[in-house]
Amino acid sequence: MYQYDHYDQTLVNERAAQFREQTRRFLAGELSEDQFRPLRLMNGLYIQRHAPMLRIAIPYGLLSSRQVRMLAHIARKYDKGYGHFTTRQNIQYNWPRLEEVPDILDDLASVEMHAIQTSGNCIRNTTSDHLAGVAVDELEDPRPYCEIIRQWSTLHPEFSFLPRKFKIAVSGSQRDRAATQVHDIGLQLVNNAQGETGFEVLVGGGLGRTPIIGVVIRPFLEKAHLLSYLEAILRVYNRYGRRDNKYKARIKILVKETGPARFAAMVEDEWLKIRDGMLLDEGELQRVSAFFQPHDYLELPSKDAGLEQQLLSNAEFAAWYRRNTVPHKVAGYRAVILSLKPHGTPPGDMSDSQMDAVADLMDAYSFGEIRVTHTQNLVMADVRQDQLFEVWAKLKLLELATPNVGTATDMITCPGLDFCSLANAVSIPVANAIQALFDSYDYLYDLGDIRINISGCMNGCGHHTVGHIGILGVDKKGEEWYQITLAGSSSNDASLGERLGPSVARDEVPAVMERIFLTYRDLREEEESFLETVRRVGIQPFQERVYESH
Amino acid sequence: MKVIKNGQPVDKSWTHLTDEEPSQAEPCTVSLARWLLEKEQLLKTLSAVGVRLSAADAPEPLATDLDSISLVVLDMHPFTDGRPFTQARILRDIGYQGEIRARGDFLRDQMFFLSRVGVDAFEFPEDIDLQDRLKAFEEFTVTYQAAADARRPVHTLR
Repeated sequence: MYQYDHYDQTLVNERAAQFREQTRRFLAGELSEDQFRPLRLMNGLYIQRHAPMLRIAIPYGLLSSRQVRMLAHIARKYDKGYGHFTTRQNIQYNWPRLEEVPDILDDLASVEMHAIQTSGNCIRNTTSDHLAGVAVDELEDPRPYCEIIRQWSTLHPEFSFLPRKFKIAVSGSQRDRAATQVHDIGLQLVNNAQGETGFEVLVGGGLGRTPIIGVVIRPFLEKAHLLSYLEAILRVYNRYGRRDNKYKARIKILVKETGPARFAAMVEDEWLKIRDGMLLDEGELQRVSAFFQPHDYLELPSKDAGLEQQLLSNAEFAAWYRRNTVPHKVAGYRAVILSLKPHGTPPGDMSDSQMDAVADLMDAYSFGEIRVTHTQNLVMADVRQDQLFEVWAKLKLLELATPNVGTATDMITCPGLDFCSLANAVSIPVANAIQALFDSYDYLYDLGDIRINISGCMNGCGHHTVGHIGILGVDKKGEEWYQITLAGSSSNDASLGERLGPSVARDEVPAVMERIFLTYRDLREEEESFLETVRRVGIQPFQERVYESH
Repeated sequence: MKVIKNGQPVDKSWTHLTDEEPSQAEPCTVSLARWLLEKEQLLKTLSAVGVRLSAADAPEPLATDLDSISLVVLDMHPFTDGRPFTQARILRDIGYQGEIRARGDFLRDQMFFLSRVGVDAFEFPEDIDLQDRLKAFEEFTVTYQAAADARRPVHTLR
């Protein structure tokens, strides 16, 4: 993975020192609340329901064991012993004290981490495929480009006071696991007719109040022009994005109101002016790429007799293997997904002791690295298949082996009303109530792949609009109600969910889910997935079943 | 008013004229709208001309006047409106070499960024401690991007 040189380290140290001084000025009354707000947000610090919330950047989701141990230390020393992984591959702490945040930033800087631009109206953490570098369907590893974008966007002098936040995702695989179509900019590595690799550029996707699927404004961008093209998009956005209404300030509204073709022409105009002066430095690309070369994999047989035997003799292990491991591009290895969704706990949460133990497993079994997924799980991407049984047994003791990845209980949820001052309704208790429907894995596995996403308000941090089943908390005369949508997706076949009907009371949500599941079981054909069935039959049969007694 | 230019306190004062005030034989700034309407008259009366841009103004109409203008003032109200950062960048890109001054309620914490996009002067009210403000330019010694300043992006140093 990428390692800081003294320039990277100096910048992060200087940023931590700057924030220490800003915090001092705020506490001394030299900065007003309004003046301090954008400064603290650009260091990931929110003022929340109970305490400040600190969001720490995990660039494109990649962590070393040393960094995971530091995250454990921070959870222990400054928080209540846990952290919460987010849908943008970051981690949040819900209980730090403002006075101690400068110390946390110093601790982070000591392991090449920071909280720069994890909030605020600036370019946020660049996210990517959690299987980058190991995916069997990968055209090219996107992480060197993510790192180059990270550096370009860090403390960008022109684009730190944008109309609104700005999120970039990069995917290098055929299957989009980075939700590029619902980002402000989505970059998809593609080949052109000449067989050269470059980027397909999408803009204007996003969730929140006005969910929109991004549009392609350039089908093929040469790699050499990556940064000039991004700079051109950002300049057009910074100039013309709306600032009169924060709900209309995202680039998606500018693209929609301008029209994608005209917006693309504005970007091209700007790009022509700057592109020749901003060519991607070939030496720098090589320098960065060298950090992402394949690990020293052993030459292993693609079939392992021991593993075959374990799969036959241990049904529980076999279930975990099917749900929580995925193929690797190197024979004899698999990527292992650590489920952060054990039934009955807040999705995406992890304790300090789990983090420490996982850091040891990373060192022992996966080249000392781990990745965060946008579905709030973790991936040890390089595990030898002859060691899978050992790894499973150890993860099981840590309660990180719930064999539910991709199923109905592997939900994305935002923190909701329990923690967030924006929320209208709780999210985590709703997720736990749905998990409680499944007292047997047979039922869960019978339903197969279902993505259920829950947001506590229309800002949509739980990505409800792109859930196969989306659940949105709404406030109805002071009570928590939930609006259900069906058939959303953030993958290649991206689509926004369709509203099922009137919202339902909180205690009715589990029963409504049961009816949706049963309708699917009645209507599915052969191996059809939930999403395929809903797309084939439409939402009407689901509406009829859900609302029949109302 | 107090002014920092090129990283030093300076004592060169300009009068900021409203659109109604008559022009005087001294260095004055006017709004972009007034400049575009009264260009010839202003060049005759004023000893030096400055133009003030509001955040919504496009800087491109000044492209043909760059030699006539010795100051462009960027209005930073409110300080969270980031358009002046792009205005400065565009002015430098189209070849403007005169002074670009930030004026308004910008924060000390924005001065480093402003100095990178082409702003070379900062105007403050009288009660501001300039020595404190001068520290802003030294907060960072590393820059990742090429911008309108002389600081080199680190990839050219590696």
